[in-house]
Amino acid sequence: MTITTRSAPVLPDGLVIVVKRECETCRMTVPVIEQLRNGPLPVTVYTQDDPNFPESVDAIHDHDLAVSWHHTIETVPTVIRVNDGREVARTVGWSRTEWEAVTGRNGLGEDLPVMRPGCGSMSVDPDLVDSLRVRFGSSVLGARRVEIASAEDEFEAMFDRGWTDGLPVIPPTEERVMRMLTGTSRAPDDVVAVVPPDLVEVTIEKIAINAVMAGCKPEYLPWVITAVEAVCNDTFNIHGVLATTMPVGPVIVCSGPGARAIGMNSGMNVFGQGNRANLTIGRAVQLVIRNVGGGRPGEVDRATHGNPGKISFCFAEDDVHSPWTPLAQARGATPGVDALTVFPGEGPRCVVDQIARDPESLSNTFAACLRTLHNPKSILAFDAILVVGPEHARVFAEAGWNRERVVDEINARLQIPGSELVRGANGIAEGIPAHLKDAVLPKFRPGGLLLVHAGGGAGLFSAIIGGWANGDVGSQPVTKEVTR
Amino acid sequence: MTTLLDPTNERRVSTMERVGRPESLRGLTVGLLDISKARGDVFLDRLEERLSEMGADVRRFKKPTFTKPAPVDLRHEIATQCQVVIEALAD
Repeated sequence: MTITTRSAPVLPDGLVIVVKRECETCRMTVPVIEQLRNGPLPVTVYTQDDPNFPESVDAIHDHDLAVSWHHTIETVPTVIRVNDGREVARTVGWSRTEWEAVTGRNGLGEDLPVMRPGCGSMSVDPDLVDSLRVRFGSSVLGARRVEIASAEDEFEAMFDRGWTDGLPVIPPTEERVMRMLTGTSRAPDDVVAVVPPDLVEVTIEKIAINAVMAGCKPEYLPWVITAVEAVCNDTFNIHGVLATTMPVGPVIVCSGPGARAIGMNSGMNVFGQGNRANLTIGRAVQLVIRNVGGGRPGEVDRATHGNPGKISFCFAEDDVHSPWTPLAQARGATPGVDALTVFPGEGPRCVVDQIARDPESLSNTFAACLRTLHNPKSILAFDAILVVGPEHARVFAEAGWNRERVVDEINARLQIPGSELVRGANGIAEGIPAHLKDAVLPKFRPGGLLLVHAGGGAGLFSAIIGGWANGDVGSQPVTKEVTR
Repeated sequence: MTTLLDPTNERRVSTMERVGRPESLRGLTVGLLDISKARGDVFLDRLEERLSEMGADVRRFKKPTFTKPAPVDLRHEIATQCQVVIEALAD
């Protein structure tokens, strides 16, 4: 969003023309400006670079570019018609007919070409725009300013203040945070959620600060905001996901064309290193939990082992090549709309089956591997995401099995006799109470097995992401559409 | 000099005075909060026996789930009814 706080300088009535000497089109139109000054309407010229340009006209130097910034000058020359302090017409560059329409004068610049494009305004110069955004908009930022002395290493200073997840973070300067905020239409002081464990309201601004630190680009910000909303509620229960001794964190699965547009990886090495969007979106969410929510390891985070995905675990679903509806859509999101699903998950582990060419055999492998999730005798308490690689998915696609069929077939293979599950069975003390020995019990609750299509094109592999205490007791996966 | 924006919640930590340790539990109301972890009740049942023997008036409370903070109403109930509280974290 364009954030402007200082009220815009009022333009004088008549004609306002914004130029710069560096622009050849501006120089070409000087005779026309002189022509207009001899007309009935008052003419005010603002010059962006050289205060003496045009020499023949008494121009006002827009030295801090306040006029250009506040009146959204993107091209020079720009001609604006102002009546009673209000803009009523505008044209950019040189077009005789346009200039004549805006100024109400005929016969302008008859010896000039019919039209000529203008040049970029200094107020949108990429080298200047960040500092201008701060100059004219940073007063909307409410965060405390922390001054780092010139002799101090700012990266070390951020470590010292406990702001990082153990890796270096990008210094959240006003320039960077203002640039990050261009990624959303929401106001910086909009409250997004209440973040556990300290139960603190988090604003768009605080999310943007942490997104800068994580290394996000502005176009990732809506995904970060949506993920923060998705985890900070009683349904997902990030408090419990953080506080548990189990090794889980928020796993973020992104679906929709926007995930591709920001360059997310859904293919080769999908859970791995090397993709900025995947890694920084997940990291930003965890930095919000840490810095705003106060959720730090060894404090409220009591994980016995944790897992490396607690720094960031975020990836895109390969919905273009998927034989199935995207996960988000299967969970209620509007088709074709960007959405993400958050899941309380541990690290992924590989399922290898290089022989199966029929869906029944592959389902048998998936069921056998899923059976061991957390403990082969554990039932109903934990959900899982099965991330099916493209080469495995092809086996199902060729057999015409849709998402529901695959899930049903796997679940059908995971109806387990109680005699195998009770305490002491198979020499394992862990298990369910003895009175359930004659029951047949499912590994997963209804809806507890989530299917995602992702991974590289080569390799007859899939992956399992194990969950955490499910349902009302613990955490439910949450799917949310991404809003900008 | 670099100016950074504070990424934290900017809260100041408030310090609260601890309630003094009672000389004896006799005649005091002791709340036992079961956080709903498996077998936490076994531990609390035994504690209740021992505390009752010591002359404490024991009241039992239970969180709906161990994964979420105790609801505000429950915390209020405990605070208004009890002089002492014991929270069981067990597996």
